[in-house]
Parts: sequence; C-alpha cells; structure tokens
Amino acid sequence: MNHKYSYMLGQRTWQFRDLADLMAKATPGRSGDRLAGVIAESAEERVVAQMRLSELPLKTFLSEALIPYEQDEVTRLILDDHDAVAFQAIAHLTVGDFRNWLLSDHATPDALERLRSGLTPEMVAAVSKLMRNQDLILVARKCHVHTAFRNTIGLPGHLSTRLQPNHPTDDVAGIAASILDGLLYGSGDAVIGINPATDNVSQAVKLMHLMDEVIRKYDIPTQSCVLTHVTNTLEAIEQGAPVDLVFQSIGGTEATNSSFGFNLANLQEARDAALSLNRGTVGQNVMYFETGQGSSLSADAHHGLDQQTCEARAYAVARKFEPLLVNTVVGFIGPEYLFDGKEIIRAGLEDHFCAKLLGVPMGCDICYTNHAEADQNDMDNLLTLLGVAGCTFIMGIPGSDDIMLNYQTTSFHDALYARRVLGLKPAPEFEAWLERMNIFENVKTHSPNDALPHAFRGSLKGIAQEVRDE
Amino acid sequence: MSDQNRPIVTDNVWSALRRYTDARIGLGRAGISLPTAELLKFQLAHARARDAVHLPLDVNRLSAELRQLSVADKPLAPEVLHSQADDRFTYLQRPDLGRRLADDSRNRLQALSLADDAVPDLAIVIVDGLSSSAVQSNVVPFLEQFLTDLEAEPRPWQLAPVTVVQQGRVAIGDEIGDLLKARMVILLVGERPGLSSPDSLGIYLTFGPVSGLTDARRNCISNVRPAGLAFGHASQRLLYLIREADRLKLSGVGLKDRTEEVVIDNNSKHSNFLTN
Repeated sequence: MNHKYSYMLGQRTWQFRDLADLMAKATPGRSGDRLAGVIAESAEERVVAQMRLSELPLKTFLSEALIPYEQDEVTRLILDDHDAVAFQAIAHLTVGDFRNWLLSDHATPDALERLRSGLTPEMVAAVSKLMRNQDLILVARKCHVHTAFRNTIGLPGHLSTRLQPNHPTDDVAGIAASILDGLLYGSGDAVIGINPATDNVSQAVKLMHLMDEVIRKYDIPTQSCVLTHVTNTLEAIEQGAPVDLVFQSIGGTEATNSSFGFNLANLQEARDAALSLNRGTVGQNVMYFETGQGSSLSADAHHGLDQQTCEARAYAVARKFEPLLVNTVVGFIGPEYLFDGKEIIRAGLEDHFCAKLLGVPMGCDICYTNHAEADQNDMDNLLTLLGVAGCTFIMGIPGSDDIMLNYQTTSFHDALYARRVLGLKPAPEFEAWLERMNIFENVKTHSPNDALPHAFRGSLKGIAQEVRDE
Repeated sequence: MSDQNRPIVTDNVWSALRRYTDARIGLGRAGISLPTAELLKFQLAHARARDAVHLPLDVNRLSAELRQLSVADKPLAPEVLHSQADDRFTYLQRPDLGRRLADDSRNRLQALSLADDAVPDLAIVIVDGLSSSAVQSNVVPFLEQFLTDLEAEPRPWQLAPVTVVQQGRVAIGDEIGDLLKARMVILLVGERPGLSSPDSLGIYLTFGPVSGLTDARRNCISNVRPAGLAFGHASQRLLYLIREADRLKLSGVGLKDRTEEVVIDNNSKHSNFLTN
C-alpha cells in the first residue's frame, strides 16, 4: 500500500491507492463512477478524500501523470504544452488554496486569462471537486473566452444558441422548416448545426450546401456545421463543399479518441484544411467539438479515472485546436452515467467551470433522455444556473424535442426565457441582423415581431401555393 | 398597436410548415413562453415515454398471446427468464447486470438445451429493454408476420424455444443463443423511447452467439412500429439479413444491409423553400 495518499482523521487512517483513486473518491457522487467501481464507498470517505486532496500541492499534477506519458497522447499534449511561466502565479498553492484564490478578488478576469496556459485539466478537475455549485458559477462567470468566425461569440452578457434543425430522414423541407422556426425566434447565432440522420460524405455535402444557401440568401452573420466524422468533413472539403466549421466528438484519453476513430493529427489536418478555405469574416476559429462525462467509460478507455477527470482532459484536446465552440452534451449519455436531475446539473456546472478556466468556449447541451430521472424542471434549473455562470451557448430546437436523436434539449422559447430573465444578448452581429430583418420588434426586450418579416414572405407564399395545388 | 388590444397568445403563421416535419415548430408564444396547450401536449408525450420505461412488461399477457402463434402447426411455448438486474432502479444504473442471465434462468435454459440435442437455426429472444409498451404492442403482430414469411421460405428454418426476458439488455441474447446452441439469435427489444415514439421496437441479429460479443458483431433494424418501419418491411429486411448471415457465416459490420444502401436523396418532392 502506498502511504503517500493517506489521511488521518481522529483515530482512523484512511488510505487511497494512488492519485487517481484519491481524485475519484473525492468526486461528488454519480452513477458512472459507481458503474466503473471507482466511487467513494461512503459519504465520509468522499469528504476525507476531499480533505486529503485539498492539501495536495498543485505542482504534483506536473510530476504524477494520471495516465502514463508514454501510453497516451493526450497526457503528452497536456504536459508538453504546459506553460511553466504562467503557472508561477499559483505554483506555491495546494488544491485547497487554489479554491480560495479563485474565489478571492485576486482572481480578476485578466489574472484568470493570464493563468490559463499554466493550468492542466487535472488541476482544474481537482479544485472543482472541492467546490460547491455556487463556487463553480462564481468563478466561471469571471472567465471570459471570446471566439469569432462570422460573428463574435462569448462576450460577457451574451448567450448564443446553436440552431439544431435535425430531421429523422434529413428531409430538406423538414430541415428548412425547423431553421425558419429557429431564426424567427432569434436562434442560431452560435451555429446552425445538423446531426445527419445518415452519416456519410455525400449526405453531409448535401446538408452543407443547404445551410450555405440559406446563410448566403438571407445574409445571416452565423456559421454552419454538419456534425459528421472529422474524416468525412475533410473529404467534403477536398470535394469543394462549403465547410464553415469542422466537427468532432472528443474524449480525454487517446483510447477514447481511437474508439471515435481519430487522433490528434487528424484534427490538425482537418483544421488546416478548414482554415485554407478562409470563410470566416471576423475570425478564424473553425472547430466545433462535443464532449460529455462518461464517454471514456463507455468506450472502456478510462484507465480507472473518474469520469469528470476524463472529461476535463478532453478540454486540453479542444484547447489545442482553438475551437469556435465546445459543447458538453451533459444528459445525453443516460442514467448509468448521470442518474438524475441533480447529477446532470452538477456535471453541467463542473464541465462549464473546468472548460472556462482552461480557456475553452464552453456551451452546454442542457438535456436528458426519457430513461433518466429528470424532466423539464431540471433543465430549467440548469439553464438558469448556466445563464448566471456565463455559459457561452445552449442548443435551440423546436419545442425541446429532437425528433432525430430522441432526447430533449432546450428550445427556442427557453433561450428567450434565459435572455429575458438574465438580461443576456445574442452575438452582436446577429442581434443587429435580427433588428435589420425585422425579425424582432424590439431586440432589447427580446420581443419577436408578431407579423412575418418581409424577407420571408415570398418563401411562405410558395408553400401556400403548394398546399392549394395538392 | 396598444398592448391591451394584443391577443394573449401570438400564433405563428408558419405553423403550416408542420406538414414537412414532426418537429414542434410554429408553437406560438405567450410573451416569449410556451402557450398552455402546447406545454400540456409536451407533458403528455413525456409522461407516455416515462411510462414506457417504468411500467413493467405484462409477461403473462404477452405469453398468452405468444401461445396463440405457431410454427409448423406447433404453438409457441415461451420460456420466461430474468436478468441479474433485480429491479428497474438497478437496471437503469447497471447495464452490465442487464446483459447477464440470473442463475436460475441460466440453469433452466441449460436443462432445456440438454433435453434436446438439436442444433436450431434461430433463437427468438424477446427483451423488455427500455420500453415495455414497444414489446407489449408490437412483438406479437411483428412475429405473426415474420413467422408467416419464414414458413414461406424455400428451406426450413429450425426454431429454438422462444424466450422472454425481464430487465434485459441487447447483449443478453448472445448468452441465451449460446445456451440454446442456436446458430443465430434474433432479439426483439424495446428501444429507448423518444417523445414522439414511445413504442419503438429494435431487432438485433447475431450469427454464432456467445457471451461477450460487442455491437460490431450484430446487425440492427430500428424503429419498428406502426408509425415507423412497418412490420412487413421489417420482416423482409430481417429475412434478408438471416439469409446473408447464413451464407457468409457472420453478422455485424461484415454483413452490409444492401436493402438500406443510402444516400437519402430527395426522397420527397420537397425542396428547400427558404432558397427556392
């Protein structure tokens, strides 16, 4: 037994096998860690682990890799890219001191931005395990991460939305109907992003053209993305398709990413290809990543780590490729990883906090499946909390119901609720477009126009004609 | 316009576009929020999906209905089994337990298999999965169609005893097929319910079933229900997969379903009205 990670409390000495074990036991409870067999065995053991972790010097994470350097390219990325100069500001702190520092007035937005490159995902995951939900919110709100392509994402006081017009057979008119619905509710400034029902290159190219035509015709300051495999997008670029953003689901271990069928070199190649198209107008952040706790365990690629630590490591992968958007799809994976509303809410706040501290433009797919112990009220709670925390973007879908992926996420109405109660605005270029197009009668009060905006009347007249003809 | 004269609920003129999609578009708004009628429609759909997950499969009713079906004039005699997940709460959090048979179920199947030294071609396994309503409403009409189609085949296909599994996951079919010494397993399972599809049945085929196989070794036909993939169509696709698996001696990624070779091209006469 390694006594390095023991803790004496009263008469009893608690033992933790190694740093990975200590991190896992210190993690607030969730079903995925129970499934993996790494969870604390009692509530008391969890708090003792948190006490031991709070005494751990932050620099320990630079000398003790949780997954060996030789075995894992994500570990190599984390350690090779670590900025020792930026780290100097907190190099003397323990994990517990680091929590105090983050909450203190020393941690200004500027100080936090300077610190980013000196932080590793493991340091950030460790401190999050000691933090209450309000701590995660307060600190995340101080982290400002701006990105840009055809508009500017992540400015303080702004909340963007991904318009997600999925259709179970990728029917062109069905997708267009959902896009129109979303635009007229002020949604789609983060991206118009489709999960294709059929995942191959020709299908992806068809959908890319569909969205490109809409964006050009109505001159929308936004970007499009087909959420297909990175190698498909690369092929689409080679075929000359109009690719704005390159998508990929990513995880925090090399083995997870292998199970997704890519490595870091593939991401680099795809990013270079997208940059060569030079399609951004106000910026060149060309990547869109999705993550979510539990993906490493699900791929049997977690190396005995808890799922939240694996998740934070995925943000090192994201950060490397300067994405426009990263999205934690928090409740999609199911109750064997996050059992209920309480676990989903906690995970959403952790993911947003860890990503923002590392400098990643984090949004959240605030969502649940029908076999999870969660409902719309839980999503309302998480939406409100993440809105306060300064979340970069959320999903927007007609009536919360994704008829292709069969799960529930936030609706166009939900986004307007969050913007109204919290005084949040869409991306500035997009807001100006909503006003110019008369889509909103008053952008300050987030009030859509009762009448159909002029630019869309022609399209709907055609529909009316088609109805009469049948 | 004076605010007093405005209607409380604003309708969306583009709600006519619902003819192109089942997505909940053009819902209208009360302020910027969901109008009451739409809120309640959503709640009803969610309630049905929740019930599909949590209401237990009525095994007695299903067994009685299965006994009304027959193959080669022999009525089906379903054997009821249970996974290692004792209840729904455990089942939802421990998928590993839902993939393995409980000891007594395993012993019973072994005894059944020893009593008969035949090597059946097909073992049909019915599993509650995540939607009891999918299994309760769609398994019997699907099997009625499939067994008829099977009997019309030029070669006879020998069937193992039909099994019904409670608190089961897809992989449990491979253990059952192995115990029954079947060459192939056909597994019918309730899929994770969607808001608009609480009754979706999934069909999985494994050639050479043994415990521990991954999804890469199975073929899947999804969304089998009256409002989705029709029973007749699903039955034809399954027969195709069975014949191909029998010919190639494999299933899974090596067995391509040519019946669904796809680019979903403009399968409708619809075009993008936003740009045309």
